[in-house]
Amino acid sequence: MLIPHPILGPRDAQEFTYLGPATLLDRPDGMAEGAGQAMFDYLYPRDNPAGPHRELWYHEQGDRSWLIVTRDTVTHEITGAELVKP
Amino acid sequence: MAYSGFRLFAEALRGHRGWRPLWRDPEPQADYDIVIVGGGGHGLSTAYYLATRFGQARVAVLEKGWLGSGNIGRNTTIIRSNYLLPGNQPFYELSMKLWEGLEQDFNLNAMVSQRGVLNLCHTDAQRDAYRRRGNAMILSGADAELLDAEGVRAMYPFLNFDNARFPIKGGLLQRRGGTARHDGVAWGYARGADRRGVDIIQHCEVTGFLVEDGVCKGVETNRGTIRAAKVGVAVAGSTGRVMAKAGMRLPIESFALQAFVTEGLKPCIDGVITFGAGHFYISQSDKGGLVFGGDIDSYNSYAQRGNLPVVEDVAEGGMALMPMIGRARVLRSWGGVMDMSMDGSPIIDRTGIPGLYLNAGWCYGGFKATPASGFCFAHLLSTDTPHEVARAYRLDRFARGALIDEKGAGAQPNLH
Repeated sequence: MLIPHPILGPRDAQEFTYLGPATLLDRPDGMAEGAGQAMFDYLYPRDNPAGPHRELWYHEQGDRSWLIVTRDTVTHEITGAELVKP
Repeated sequence: MAYSGFRLFAEALRGHRGWRPLWRDPEPQADYDIVIVGGGGHGLSTAYYLATRFGQARVAVLEKGWLGSGNIGRNTTIIRSNYLLPGNQPFYELSMKLWEGLEQDFNLNAMVSQRGVLNLCHTDAQRDAYRRRGNAMILSGADAELLDAEGVRAMYPFLNFDNARFPIKGGLLQRRGGTARHDGVAWGYARGADRRGVDIIQHCEVTGFLVEDGVCKGVETNRGTIRAAKVGVAVAGSTGRVMAKAGMRLPIESFALQAFVTEGLKPCIDGVITFGAGHFYISQSDKGGLVFGGDIDSYNSYAQRGNLPVVEDVAEGGMALMPMIGRARVLRSWGGVMDMSMDGSPIIDRTGIPGLYLNAGWCYGGFKATPASGFCFAHLLSTDTPHEVARAYRLDRFARGALIDEKGAGAQPNLH
């Protein structure tokens, strides 16, 4: 599987490690009102779609960038990859 | 039609013309007491125990494809009860006890073979952890033996004991563990359930749930609406897809797990060997093929096939453990879709919708659990109370922080 890195071009997926859905970027404020429920919603339930999935890949054996990759979980077709904005 | 030596002899004299199909192919009725979604191992065993132990006769099993076409036909057939945590181990020991009586129970040869499951250890710390695990197993009524390196060498002299990174220092052996014929398990449960009146309806895909006033009253299928007082979902890797039709998001992600079998060889491995440090485990089938596997593919997948880097990783694990495997040729590899839960342990529970019940999150360990999973799910569906050994498998344990995390990997399913 090749991941189209926005800076480095197509790279072997083996250079990356996988974390999970891109929603993990939206970490809630742990000190806010109702943080317990918000943290649960953030950490455990998943959409787990059969189809396009936005997910986090870390270019560990490369430039150490985090990417949001859009990949179909049935066909493994990758339709997009973008850098995670700091 | 019961099987026996006498029956086989009589049929042999008559040219085997008397055998009949093992189950009917009924049309779905308009309503049932209990509908089980998923005609795999867990769904069929649930139906079997509902009919035989809980007196439920108006039961249907709905299967999208053909009977046993999912993970029950795609696993590496290992049975064991060598867990550590109190929420898990009594459940798996119940499963092992059910395995031990299974063939007499459903009168079909499932080739349950208690050939022993050996987990190898490589450090003093790992040996201590196995000693603790073995004690937990014995406390639950299971068996466990801690072997030193010589004990392992006496069983499997061909292993690479002096691997520079993972020298073999010993192992935890469960002699009652072993293997079973996976398809035979599905067939035995299906036949047993069918004979007691359960309708097994194949090629019947659930397209939605019939929810009236917040209560589940049945399912919509490609063969019409089927009403039921209770609906139990046991669909393994498809859990996310099916439960999304009820508007539910679950603490589950789907991943592909691969397995491999070599050409038939003369008997060389008489038990099951697991090499956890190298992500590799192996046994030999009765036909002679070496059956082995490793880790899941690291990313979410609904494809019933795996990727090549994991093939390479598994092969490296095999070469590190037993270099002689390099001479064997792989015949086939395949992949199944695992319902990986957020703590690596399963869910057998009610859902937020009354009348709708869930059996899911089996990760890559669903086969060994097949009997107890069905038994406990049948208990829940029939009595509305969880079975004693499945009380920890609650859906709300993630919100309560009561996780059953055997591996301590946290909420990242690809690490379990």
